[in-house]
Amino acid sequence: MAGSPTPRVSATVIFPKPTLQQVLDNLRASGFRLIGPTVRDGSVILGTLEKISELPIGRLLDQKAGNSRLLPTHSADYFACTVGPDSWKRYLFPARSDLLTARRNGDGWIFTPASDDSPPFAFIGVKSCDLHAIALQDEVFVNGTIGDPHYAHRRQRVFMLAVNCSTAASTCFCTSMSTGPHVRSGFDLALTELPDSFVMEIGSEAGSNALAGIDWQPASAFDLGRAAQVTQRTERLIQRQVTTSDLPQLLYERIDHPYWDTIAERCLSCANCTLVCPTCFCSTVEDHSDLNGNRTTRTRVWDSCFILDFSHVHGGNSRPTIKSRFRQWMTHKLGAWIDQFGRSGCVGCGRCIAWCPVGIDITEELNRLRTAGAR
Amino acid sequence: MAENAKPRLAIFKLASCDGCQLQLLNLEDELLDIADQVEICYFPEATSQDLDGPYDVALVEGSVTTETDLQRLREIRRNSQTLITLGACANAGGIQALRNTADVEEYTRAIYANPSYIHTLAQSTPVAAHVTVDFAISGCPISRRQLLDVLTALLIGRAPELPRYSVCVECKRSGTVCVLVSAGVACLGPITQAGCGALCPSFHRGCFGCYGPMESANPDSLCQNLMARGVSRAETLRLLNGFAGGSEEFRSAAEKLEKAPL
Ligand code: SF4
Ligand code: SF4
Ligand code: SF4
Ligand code: SF4
Repeated sequence: MAGSPTPRVSATVIFPKPTLQQVLDNLRASGFRLIGPTVRDGSVILGTLEKISELPIGRLLDQKAGNSRLLPTHSADYFACTVGPDSWKRYLFPARSDLLTARRNGDGWIFTPASDDSPPFAFIGVKSCDLHAIALQDEVFVNGTIGDPHYAHRRQRVFMLAVNCSTAASTCFCTSMSTGPHVRSGFDLALTELPDSFVMEIGSEAGSNALAGIDWQPASAFDLGRAAQVTQRTERLIQRQVTTSDLPQLLYERIDHPYWDTIAERCLSCANCTLVCPTCFCSTVEDHSDLNGNRTTRTRVWDSCFILDFSHVHGGNSRPTIKSRFRQWMTHKLGAWIDQFGRSGCVGCGRCIAWCPVGIDITEELNRLRTAGAR
Repeated sequence: MAENAKPRLAIFKLASCDGCQLQLLNLEDELLDIADQVEICYFPEATSQDLDGPYDVALVEGSVTTETDLQRLREIRRNSQTLITLGACANAGGIQALRNTADVEEYTRAIYANPSYIHTLAQSTPVAAHVTVDFAISGCPISRRQLLDVLTALLIGRAPELPRYSVCVECKRSGTVCVLVSAGVACLGPITQAGCGALCPSFHRGCFGCYGPMESANPDSLCQNLMARGVSRAETLRLLNGFAGGSEEFRSAAEKLEKAPL
């Protein structure tokens, strides 16, 4: 099979589903390490991918507040699973990364920045909410006043294969946050899954090259119509609605509301919600030295406003109570973020709702605060 | 400590299984370095050396269950500059604190042929109930990585890295899928202090709470949630009363749960 020439940027093509393997092979041959959804430990995590058979084919994630179950389905869809506990930040902003080592040298020290020899990543199956989350982290780590070279180094080299969602979980609310389910920009390739084929939109030169040697056809008006229907149907599946028009003011006005005392009785301050959140960007550093104090390594690790020491400042701790930490989280995520970065820190992915051990639901809590009355 | 002299280290044991102090021996790669940096004055698991105090650092494993323990502990404290407790027994009374809600005399009669030989206190209590503790290393057994970090920090003169946050943080950092949310397995991780590296969840088991309560632990909320998921009250109590059942936070939550109407 000779394959067709590479399609032009912004074209939309169609090919049979198993052909996706050749796209992955092309990407691997170009030096990318492929990362995508795969089944592990009874859920879907983002891991290294080589074969399309490693995708969670024929599974879906049934999610509710505090619950997530991986279930078999009758369909053989490749991308029917909505987002799991992992987000792409695990690869762009790793949970632990060494920053530098220092070695004693006579009376002084030699500092060596840690080198990052990770290969370029190709992200396979990025949903629209997560594309928006990555754009938010770009705002923090790349476009902010202080650039983060570690993030930038990984981010610049990412190949983005996005997916228009064909299903939604009960925890999804991207429509309220204007972040999905339709992928609009920021991708190299964007696919829509039909029962027998993938409709693929070419977003960049790199995306076009990834289809080299592949037997694709231009998508017909009929194919485009079927693809559009997939996202429209998903949009209708999304039940969860969140009002955002009174934000951030609502949160600021009710900063001393007794509501926060009631939620503090339920919240465990376990930090799961912030660590699964694809936009939370906080970190701390740890130093680990050897016994004789001649060598030390500084490591950056994920932190969270739910962790007590996060708020430890000279003279004491500014958020000693669970109440003050929960308020910080919700007020930053849904409120102060808008002042800081021009848009909400929540992309409506629903991870914090599903992965909270006690099922605290940020959308429900916002409504509780809203309807609790002014105080 | 005399100028240039090595810090003097002693390792003591009260009521315990020795598992925690064995973690020091398990530091195979670092043990020689440690022996090089400190003078090991007393460590019966490893050496017959028995040097009198004062000590710069005393590591104390085990809970106080006899009058003799108590006298020894007071003497250790008097003789030691820094006292570090090792493990769930020393920090929360250990699994032997199960006796605290039972009749010890009845146990003694049931188990020993000559109960009159047994001189034991009615309660198993943590070290901190009797003397000032400078650092507490948690776990059952403790993590040797944490032990090493504390010893290193003391030698260098910086604060040790002892997290007070939940085990969940370690699950999420390491990418372990939550067993509670994904499979409904009862897990004490959200109220338990990190440090083990989320060992149990990484083997698809719920956390047993052996590191004891995290700071600001909210056991009432977690217990209500576990029971709403179908975990029985008896099972929830059994979890709370386990390795760190003697801690104030877990004990008072268990008492509340026992009294609550069904
Ligand atoms: S909201 Fe839920 S996940 Fe977040 S800290 Fe509280 S209990 Fe943990
Ligand atoms: S919500 Fe908390 S952890 Fe997340 S970005 Fe804001 S301060 Fe950081
Ligand atoms: S706050 Fe929750 S729903 Fe919003 S982006 Fe973060 S994890 Fe997703
Ligand atoms: S498995 Fe347990 S410790 Fe880990 S995140 Fe879930 S509740 Fe927390």
